[in-house]
Amino acid sequence: MSRIPEAFADGPAFIPYLAVGDPDYESSIEYVEALERGGADVIELGLPFSEPIAEGPTIQNAVVRALEGGMTPTRFFEFVEELDVDVPLVCMTYYNLIYRYGGERAERPRAFVEKAAEVGLDGFVVPDLPAEEADPLREACDEFDLDLVFIVAPTTEGQRLERIMEQVSGYVYVQARLGVTGARSDVSTQTDESLGRLSDWDVPKAVGFGIKTGEHAERIVAGGADGIIVGSALVDIVAEGHENGDSAEAVADRLEQKARELSEGAEKGFAQRTPHPERT
Amino acid sequence: MSTSDGKFGRYGGQYVPEALMPAIEELEDAYERYVLNNEDGFMDEFRQRLRDFGGRPTPTQYAERLSERYDRDVYMKREDLLHGGAHKLNNALGQVLLAKYMGKERIIAETGAGQHGTATAMACAHLDFDCEVYMGERDINRQRPNVFRMKINGAEVNPVTVGRGTLKEAISETMRDWATNVEDTHYVIGSVVGPHPFPAMVRDFQSVISEEAREQMREQAGTLPDSVLACAGGGSNTMGAFAEFVDDDGVDLYAVEAGGSSLSVDEEKGVAPNSASLSTGGEGVLHGARTKLLQDYDGQIMESHSVSSGLDYAGVGPELAYLVDENRATPVNVDDDAALEAFHRLSRMEGVIPALETAHAFAYLENNHEDLGDTVLVNVSGRGDKDLESVIEETEKRGIENAPDMSMFSGGLR
Ligand SMILES: Cc1ncc(COP(=O)(O)O)c(C=O)c1O
Repeated sequence: MSRIPEAFADGPAFIPYLAVGDPDYESSIEYVEALERGGADVIELGLPFSEPIAEGPTIQNAVVRALEGGMTPTRFFEFVEELDVDVPLVCMTYYNLIYRYGGERAERPRAFVEKAAEVGLDGFVVPDLPAEEADPLREACDEFDLDLVFIVAPTTEGQRLERIMEQVSGYVYVQARLGVTGARSDVSTQTDESLGRLSDWDVPKAVGFGIKTGEHAERIVAGGADGIIVGSALVDIVAEGHENGDSAEAVADRLEQKARELSEGAEKGFAQRTPHPERT
Repeated sequence: MSTSDGKFGRYGGQYVPEALMPAIEELEDAYERYVLNNEDGFMDEFRQRLRDFGGRPTPTQYAERLSERYDRDVYMKREDLLHGGAHKLNNALGQVLLAKYMGKERIIAETGAGQHGTATAMACAHLDFDCEVYMGERDINRQRPNVFRMKINGAEVNPVTVGRGTLKEAISETMRDWATNVEDTHYVIGSVVGPHPFPAMVRDFQSVISEEAREQMREQAGTLPDSVLACAGGGSNTMGAFAEFVDDDGVDLYAVEAGGSSLSVDEEKGVAPNSASLSTGGEGVLHGARTKLLQDYDGQIMESHSVSSGLDYAGVGPELAYLVDENRATPVNVDDDAALEAFHRLSRMEGVIPALETAHAFAYLENNHEDLGDTVLVNVSGRGDKDLESVIEETEKRGIENAPDMSMFSGGLR
């Protein structure tokens, strides 16, 4: 049973992402738990796939580290079971890992979803699965009461929006700009346009791609987003810690701090919204 | 064979990021209008340019000494004589021209052997487009002449350093560029792979190979071949050579894959020392399509291997996977050594230096000619000039029997 709707019930949702197993299993557990302490409302857990076509260099490298560290779908599910966090958890991965889970004789993709429900995951984001190809996964999610999040891109319009609206649940992932994932120094103007197109959707709208600072988070939530998704800016901290040989504890502290900056930014942005009429 | 939903049986589909879907829908629309319905005379212009710029039709040649050697009639469809030296121009010219009809401004492409990159660079120079080509670093090193050719035609060549630096990584990186610049850019994919409509569209551009060959066989041999052989990486020369024969029940179709150094896999390291996805792969989703893939138990994509860059890929076109499941095409494979031997054999016996990719088809002919019937057609997908450095190196390493003495080149060419 998905717990995602509760996460959006009071105030904006801060949704951090990390690649699970980056750079190793044990540190990764500490990092994810640090995100919750820093104010995460939902956590996106990346199950690393060898061909991450939607990712920029930051997350590509995280995926390489995680795979070299021995991360597999089986280990991923163990990881989720072992995690000591109370917020909803979303699995972000590519379709082939979902499709292949359980071997040739398994009922696919149901087997993956069944296992995900069993270990306590709440939903999925699958960047290479557009609405056209999503029926089998959507059905399995319905059976186990899990959510299936879809990405809406700056190029998504008209009929495509409607097709996605029919399939989406949990939240809609509003892609803030064209391109691949990666932290940026500015907020894209494409964000406001995308949010505008979705204004009459009931499902919460979380904006991601390129968000790096508390100030970005503030502006985006003030502009109407119900949540923010941040990946690369956090993965950068893991990467740097790994390169410098820092202790997992030190890296976890930095992640917690960054998470706090971002979640507080989101809260500030929320406070600026109606019913606060002084906002121009 | 292609259905309107872009599926070939259980294969195909459109597994791409949402950001690309509008562009793919736009392409589907353009494919139907211009390619399938010849709107604005697109296909007429394409055929005209294939003649004037590309040099079509290419001959189907009777291979006298091979016919003698194998005691049956062997014919060669000479795509190596197409401008650029490989079948790749059929597709590249078609897609770049389509991009022009669609009003796109920029072309990107991936390349493995550099033949598709070269063909795309030539087509872009010919039709006045900016062109950027992504190529794995390892392939840049083993196919240098093609890197020079691309640059000379005005293309930018972007090295891809992630992974093993071969075709798989180059395709992923080109898809990332496309997802970033999708509004003004067309991605000229180099084989019958990727999301619908690419597999169907690339097949249609390449099927001129079998359209001509079928006529030429009728005229010259007075009969259709008993079997057609083509090497298969992604499978574009393969589908091109098969397409017009698919409905001829008496014609057997052989897709010859790269057996590399061995057909076994190293699950632990995620490495397959071959590229035989049709022969040994399992069903999965990669680069936009459901197809047969080299992957581990979990679905992680394996690093493939072949002595020929153009066959070095973990996936294969969905329509070929379908034809194999339907028992309409037979997947076979030959290893690196056999391909090198065939390279030298064809060069010596027929005066045709084949691409290393193409050599795989001739290696299969050498080993299995007795099962191929009285009349065999082999698709010479490309010429081997690009491979000379690799061939010298690999031949020396192995001591291939029928090879000329290469010692005079040691150190001299590198
Ligand atoms: C001469 C030649 N033949 C065959 C291939 C393999 O591609 P496909 O399987 O798409 O024909 C290549 C690819 O680079 C090539 O250059």
